[in-house]
Amino acid sequence: MSAHTYNFAYLDEQTKRMIRRAILKAVAIPGYQVPFASREMPMPYGWGTGGVQVTAAVLGPDDVLKVIDQGSDDTTNAVSIRKFFAKTAGVRTTTRTEEATVIQTRHRIPERPLTEQQILVFQVPIPEPLRFLEPRETETRRMHALADYGVMHVKLYEDIARHGHIATTYAYPVTVDSRYIMDPSPTPKFDNPKMNDCAALQLFGAGREKRIYAIPPYTKVVSLDFEDHPFETYRHDAPCALCGATDSFLDEVVTDDRGGRMFVCSDSAYCETRRSVQSSAQGTQAEAANG
Amino acid sequence: MTTVLEVCNVSKSFTMHLRGGLTLPVVHGVSFEARAGECIVLAGPSGAGKSSMLKMVFGSYRCDLGAIRLHHGDGQTDVARAEPRTILALRRRVIAYVPQFLRAVPRVAAVDVVAEPLIAGATGREIAMRRAGDLLAQLNLPERMWSLPPATFSGGEQQRVNIARGLIGDHPLLLLDEPTASLDAANRAIVIDLVNARKRRGTAIVAIVHDADVRDAIADRIIDVTAFAAAA
Amino acid sequence: MADHEQPLLVADGLTKWYGRQLGCRDVSLALFEGEVLAVVGESGSGKSTLLHLLAGQLAPSAGDVRYRMRDGVTRDLATLSEAERRFLARTDWGYVQQDASLGLRMGVSAGGNIGERLMAVGWRHYGRIRGAAESWLDRVEIDPSRIDESPSRYSGGMRQRLQIARNLVTQPRLVFMDEPTGGLDVSVQARLLDLLRRLVQDLGLAVIVVTHDLAVARLLSHRIMVMKGGEVIETGLTDQVLDDPREAYTQLLVSSVLPV
Repeated sequence: MSAHTYNFAYLDEQTKRMIRRAILKAVAIPGYQVPFASREMPMPYGWGTGGVQVTAAVLGPDDVLKVIDQGSDDTTNAVSIRKFFAKTAGVRTTTRTEEATVIQTRHRIPERPLTEQQILVFQVPIPEPLRFLEPRETETRRMHALADYGVMHVKLYEDIARHGHIATTYAYPVTVDSRYIMDPSPTPKFDNPKMNDCAALQLFGAGREKRIYAIPPYTKVVSLDFEDHPFETYRHDAPCALCGATDSFLDEVVTDDRGGRMFVCSDSAYCETRRSVQSSAQGTQAEAANG
Repeated sequence: MTTVLEVCNVSKSFTMHLRGGLTLPVVHGVSFEARAGECIVLAGPSGAGKSSMLKMVFGSYRCDLGAIRLHHGDGQTDVARAEPRTILALRRRVIAYVPQFLRAVPRVAAVDVVAEPLIAGATGREIAMRRAGDLLAQLNLPERMWSLPPATFSGGEQQRVNIARGLIGDHPLLLLDEPTASLDAANRAIVIDLVNARKRRGTAIVAIVHDADVRDAIADRIIDVTAFAAAA
Repeated sequence: MADHEQPLLVADGLTKWYGRQLGCRDVSLALFEGEVLAVVGESGSGKSTLLHLLAGQLAPSAGDVRYRMRDGVTRDLATLSEAERRFLARTDWGYVQQDASLGLRMGVSAGGNIGERLMAVGWRHYGRIRGAAESWLDRVEIDPSRIDESPSRYSGGMRQRLQIARNLVTQPRLVFMDEPTGGLDVSVQARLLDLLRRLVQDLGLAVIVVTHDLAVARLLSHRIMVMKGGEVIETGLTDQVLDDPREAYTQLLVSSVLPV
């Protein structure tokens, strides 16, 4: 029995080159969806094949990879993708945001501000922000080409008419570089401000829909709204039950059968880092008290 | 007195293509003038082409030969050769036409029917509605009927709406086709007064009137259309 | 010549062939502001083809259409870019479809339908958009409290009136109408025609309305164009053409109308 040998990061070099071309085009036209020849990956559609292909195309042997899913490093999805790259690329992996050079994410942006040395790769299910109102691909392409975006505000109008406020809480549409309207993937709207003027390169890959788009570093990203219903970041009612953070996105965790629940940071690495800082501070204090 | 309307040698016939091209002569070689402040009555038996003559002046009918010259503020226009836009403009400011029967547009209230020519001529809505009401009141149409569409009115009531609509503007030329045919004596008298008032204001009037009394009360000249009617 | 004396839309020798099938041939017309032109004919007359050509939705096989834009410059429709055409269709033009569900977004509330054009030209104040939608609903005789309902809950006549409101909200100067009363009950038709008449008069709209119904033409239009087999048979003042039809086909059409 022989062990399989993979090309670095699984994809052949020609494919990676094709994907990089698409990425370059996407970076040159911020927010524009570039079609690409999405490959069959060894995981089904809906499991992040777009993100995986983008990561595979940008990964180098010296890169450090972090993979998160809803902010967590240890869900099934995150674990298996991390293992996939460890096996096929042999790159170092980490859970610490500040150590990573490439971060692949599903549905969240890390709390810790990113740097120019980092690339954030988003997994995207439906890249087309206009799809819900316009099912025809031919028509949505036209609308983007002509910046014919009236229908986008119609959606927000409908929200306010129906719910009294803009009810979209995730995949909240944004205008990139004052030109294209983009779906940021199903990240909570809480994360939208992080995309604006971000130091890192943000890449978006949709495997099933075969699209790649990008936000270059330090690009203006504005969430759509109305003058009298401006975009507001979601505010949680309570701090994180574990680390006390008031500025991070919280998950609701059910603790028992009697309706008990608690809110904890969705970004597990962020929470852990805060807690370790706090406990070492407490440790120092205890020593000082004892000493 | 200034000439307002000059009908010169007008001839018309209908060609009925559905009857294999049968030609029906209507009028032949008609000529007359209408001057400001006078009322011309076209006389002659039924079918002599009187109504057709009025319709040709108004532009509802074409004429085959001749000219129909209107003298108005901006100069002179031959209706027989004018562009549709020109005729529409003339109808707004120069010619008013009271046909024999009111063409009742569904759902439009009587007072709106009357006010419409003024509003189309850019008069303010409120003023137009008030004048419409005044005229309808003069013609004895009860106020409770003003907001009703005239389609259900009696012939006489419809005719009074029709007359009010024709008289509401200040058109220098007024065409009346049997204005009193369905009216009782009292209302006939009112219409006569209104017509004479317009004459005094300098309006030129061309009318078709069968009733001898009414004709005598308003006509300055009578023109016998049969003298022009084409030989059958 | 003052602006309003220049025609708004001029068509010259418009011809359209679908392969070897003639759509329409050599149609010329000039439409001025505030004028209503009815194009009447039976099925296959070419009237719908003509409407699509005039609205720039079809490219002609021969001839051209020129439109005087809001800035006063006359443009050949064929030279407009797609972006310009869309902008025109959204601001200075209206297009009322026979089937209202094709001219509306059925999945969007009435207010959203009316507000869409406003949002497309940059309105960004929810309150003002909603206010404009309410006032237009009132204007087309729809109860403004129904602003948040989907048009799928409206009757056919209401949908058509909503479609009209949706088209008129950006104050277009020219409106194309394709059988606007088609398929509606007679009483509903009457109400719609009445509304159209008043709106045309109040707003000084220029309209090209395609209809097979001579009564609609008589009621709404100043001028009429009779078509048959892709050709213009007769054209002129509406009452003149309908009262004194010259051509054989026009006489046939007029005499075929059933009296009530």
